[in-house]
Amino acid sequence: MKEKSYEELGLNKPEYERIVEILGREPNYLELNIFAAMWSEHCSYKSSKDLLKMFPNSGPAILQGPGENAGIFDIGDGLAVAMKIESHNHPSAVEPYQGAATGVGGIIRDIVAMGARPIALLNSLRFGSLDRPRVRYLFDGVVAGIAGFGNCIGIPTIAGEVYFEDSYEGNPLINAMCVGIVEKDKILKSGAKGIGNVAVLVGSATGRDGMHGAAFASEELDEKSEERRPSVQVGDPFMGKLVMEACLEMLERGLIVSLQDMGAAGITSSTSEMAAKGSMGIDVHLENIVLRELSMLPYEIMVSESQERMLVLTKPQDLGKVYEVCARWGVSANAIAEVTDNGRLKVFKNGELLADIPAVDLMKGTPKPDLRSEPPSWQHELNSRSEIDLLPISEIKTVFLKMLSSTNNCSKQWVYSQYDYVIGTNTIGLPSADSAVIRIKGTNKALAFKVDGNGGYCYLDPYVGGQIAVAEAVRNLVVRGARPVAITDCLNFGNPEKPEIYWQMENCVSGMADACRKLHVPIISGNVSLYNESFGDPIYPTPVVGIAGLIDDADLHQTPQFKNAGDVIYILGNTQAELCGSELQKLLMGEIYGLCPRIDLQKERALHDCLLSLIKNRLIRSAHDISEGGIALAIAECCIIGNIGAEVKAESNLNAYEFLYSESQSRALVSLRPENEEQFLEQCSRFSMSAHRFGTVGGSRISIAGLFEVELKEAAEAWHMTLPKKMEV
Amino acid sequence: MKRVLIYVTPKAEILDPAGLATQKALKNLGYDNVNEVRIGKYIHLTLDDGDYSDAKISEMCDRLLTNPIIEDYFFEVVDG
Amino acid sequence: MVNPKLGIVVFPGSNCDVDCYYALKSVLKADVRFIWHQEPVIGDLDCVILPGGFSYGDYLRCGSIARFSPVMDDVIKFAESGGLVLGICNGFQTLTEAHLLPGALIRNRGLKFICEFIHLRVENNKTPFTMNFENGQVIKLVIKHNEGNYQANDSVISELKSSDQVLLRYCDEDGNTGDGANPNGAKDNIAGIINKNGNIFGLMPHPENCCEAVLGSGDGMGIFSSIIDYIRENR
Repeated sequence: MKEKSYEELGLNKPEYERIVEILGREPNYLELNIFAAMWSEHCSYKSSKDLLKMFPNSGPAILQGPGENAGIFDIGDGLAVAMKIESHNHPSAVEPYQGAATGVGGIIRDIVAMGARPIALLNSLRFGSLDRPRVRYLFDGVVAGIAGFGNCIGIPTIAGEVYFEDSYEGNPLINAMCVGIVEKDKILKSGAKGIGNVAVLVGSATGRDGMHGAAFASEELDEKSEERRPSVQVGDPFMGKLVMEACLEMLERGLIVSLQDMGAAGITSSTSEMAAKGSMGIDVHLENIVLRELSMLPYEIMVSESQERMLVLTKPQDLGKVYEVCARWGVSANAIAEVTDNGRLKVFKNGELLADIPAVDLMKGTPKPDLRSEPPSWQHELNSRSEIDLLPISEIKTVFLKMLSSTNNCSKQWVYSQYDYVIGTNTIGLPSADSAVIRIKGTNKALAFKVDGNGGYCYLDPYVGGQIAVAEAVRNLVVRGARPVAITDCLNFGNPEKPEIYWQMENCVSGMADACRKLHVPIISGNVSLYNESFGDPIYPTPVVGIAGLIDDADLHQTPQFKNAGDVIYILGNTQAELCGSELQKLLMGEIYGLCPRIDLQKERALHDCLLSLIKNRLIRSAHDISEGGIALAIAECCIIGNIGAEVKAESNLNAYEFLYSESQSRALVSLRPENEEQFLEQCSRFSMSAHRFGTVGGSRISIAGLFEVELKEAAEAWHMTLPKKMEV
Repeated sequence: MKRVLIYVTPKAEILDPAGLATQKALKNLGYDNVNEVRIGKYIHLTLDDGDYSDAKISEMCDRLLTNPIIEDYFFEVVDG
Repeated sequence: MVNPKLGIVVFPGSNCDVDCYYALKSVLKADVRFIWHQEPVIGDLDCVILPGGFSYGDYLRCGSIARFSPVMDDVIKFAESGGLVLGICNGFQTLTEAHLLPGALIRNRGLKFICEFIHLRVENNKTPFTMNFENGQVIKLVIKHNEGNYQANDSVISELKSSDQVLLRYCDEDGNTGDGANPNGAKDNIAGIINKNGNIFGLMPHPENCCEAVLGSGDGMGIFSSIIDYIRENR
């Protein structure tokens, strides 16, 4: 088989020269492959490292920030929560089921690697227009893959988001998030410790799965991508479950010194990271690795991305017990490496030294890429248009129903009913409500989680879009009565070597960092996915925020739907004419342009504080975030999910469409018992929160005085039937 | 060394939802003459030297590889 | 007073065993233990539960490999001698593969995994598993499966009906059965059946996820409490 050149492996000239410098000689083919995998964008974060430093990543509750397999925060009662989000975009574009399934598998292992038991999964999905057969194929496969893996391994998938925009047609985004619970004194790190300690490979045999997967994820898709299909890894959730249980049992029995997941670049990344993080060295013995195909060459073994494998570091005297636990669970376990003190990754086969690389340089030695930042040439023109051809008022009811049934706004029940969201007996409420709530047994507390992003806003204004991504995520937690604790972020962008893309990254990250600081939520883990472009066309800059919050008293958790006839409805916050970037603009004009909504983080903060206070004092009966689709969509959801109508009146200087569909930030839709109205208003004024009385709950219609009324049944049908109809075989 | 190729199909009277969906999909693609689609499984065994009797293979099929309540099967034995 | 002893079998890949344990131990305060699939003897128990999940990944066919696990010899012996056996979802699938219950569970007619709270009508409350319900009572439980479509030939279905072996049927919230209320295409809307002897119950819905109203429904408790009460009355 012909050996690939360093360029074919994804390295550039400065990188190759640095390798020679580090080794003091030319690398052999095995060493070259090892560097190519570790220095790929996906593994090294070389193009984003500097920007990520902008994020605040510590806080009083934070036990582990970026740098480990997952971030961890304290929730009291001796417990902590591990969380991480990761992308699996490129593999899913080529083989959607397995791409998504292995994305879920990988993120679960990252949580287990911290010693945590996974308790929930979330996902953020973006595709092109569902009118396209290829998109329906990808959407169908991705959802089935997430379900197939998550359900089988027995972790509930409790929340998510799905968007359909032309921008993602060639590059779907599949971001998978996992959270887990760990006892504070059992948290594991991945750094190697103790000379002579043994690294045991637990799990599946090593095959040719995902050959050069890390490199594949670091390049744009083009007509040759289909040919590279064999690179896609295949998941085995059954094996994943057994490996997870075996690791958690070994942890319980005190047999694990450190634990590392084998994800991108498999044995190479797990052994070298283990060594580098512990400032140690590691000797790997290829002959001890169980292979699926006996003819595999050393470099194939080292960079294989076969799934469902973990690296367990244990003391030599505990090896017997490790094998015992693994045998009981029916998972293969083999000692493949040992820790040394020379700081080098050495690969041997039957005693012959095949590769010898300093571990820290391998992990952190990528030369800084020469990246420039420049606003796109089209940005100014894009932002200077703002005219939207609003329809006559006579169309307002038709538009309402069209908005309810648009693929971005409609019910996602078609998606979440394929996921087991009840296993674990901790899920409170259906996946359809703002964020998901999980109770914590043995305490009075509950956790709330959400994933959120808006690529369109970031396309129009990356800085403000970044701020909004964070603010909206926090708002979604707060309406459920949770105070935000930490964020895991997934940054999805195009090719960073293009100055306009790097400019987008820089500004999004900067905006996010600003919001994180002002809203006091640090970013404790995350992932970066770059090169999301097809045939030179990049996706919208799409940072996705995965957020966790704590509800101190689980009984006080709030839900979005209207409850009883007679309850009074209020809009908190102010509505301006801000239709650019909105779902209505997409419906009426078929594209977005102008400036996305503005955000005042102080006002946003006031809304959060006010809502938490209202909920704590039991003054409101429902709370729902107002975001995409504006007030119209918010009230529709509150009525449909609650199966009860509402009679409201728009009192505003704005055009009716502007009032109903504007996506102004820092707003929420709440309902309350009439007898609580006085105290409610007192609380609002305490926080200088504008509160506009909108109407009352009741009846079988959604009735907006002077504009239109719709039977609840008709609205519900429009909202519920979109996806089932579009996805009918 | 011998290979056993086992073809497993749903019993004629059993509802086959996957088959129905596939027939519909074929029709949508313009293949109007497809009256019925039944979707089964293909199991491929590689046997070491040993007992290849049809009886033994049938036993494996009846005990584990197929569910006689809902599935039919037939097999062929070919060389290595 | 007799404290009923229950055992929950854990196969590689079972994942609803923990929820079952929690429902029985924490909510009902029963004496319950896990039985690892390799234990050859189940010991002194009043009821054995085969929980939901994906034993052996659902590979080959759901429950097809689990039925041959070492523990199953003793479970079958226990069942054949009249011991109470409850098979939930994957457990139900395993019972049909082991021929302890008739019929088979095949792929949902919609070809998709369904997780949904649904309504069921209790058809026969004269069993150890349903005695705390009323006949015709409509209860709410959750289903979460890809292969919940109960199928059997006409004579088996006929037999099940005439011997009152159908315990639960899918229905709407008013108790009416019909295609619209049948989530997976199960023949005769069958969600759960009992054997002729009345000691082995298999159902697709998950009572263990429905023991507290805050989780969506508390109706599942009726099945577990029936078992506990029956054992207490008859030991």
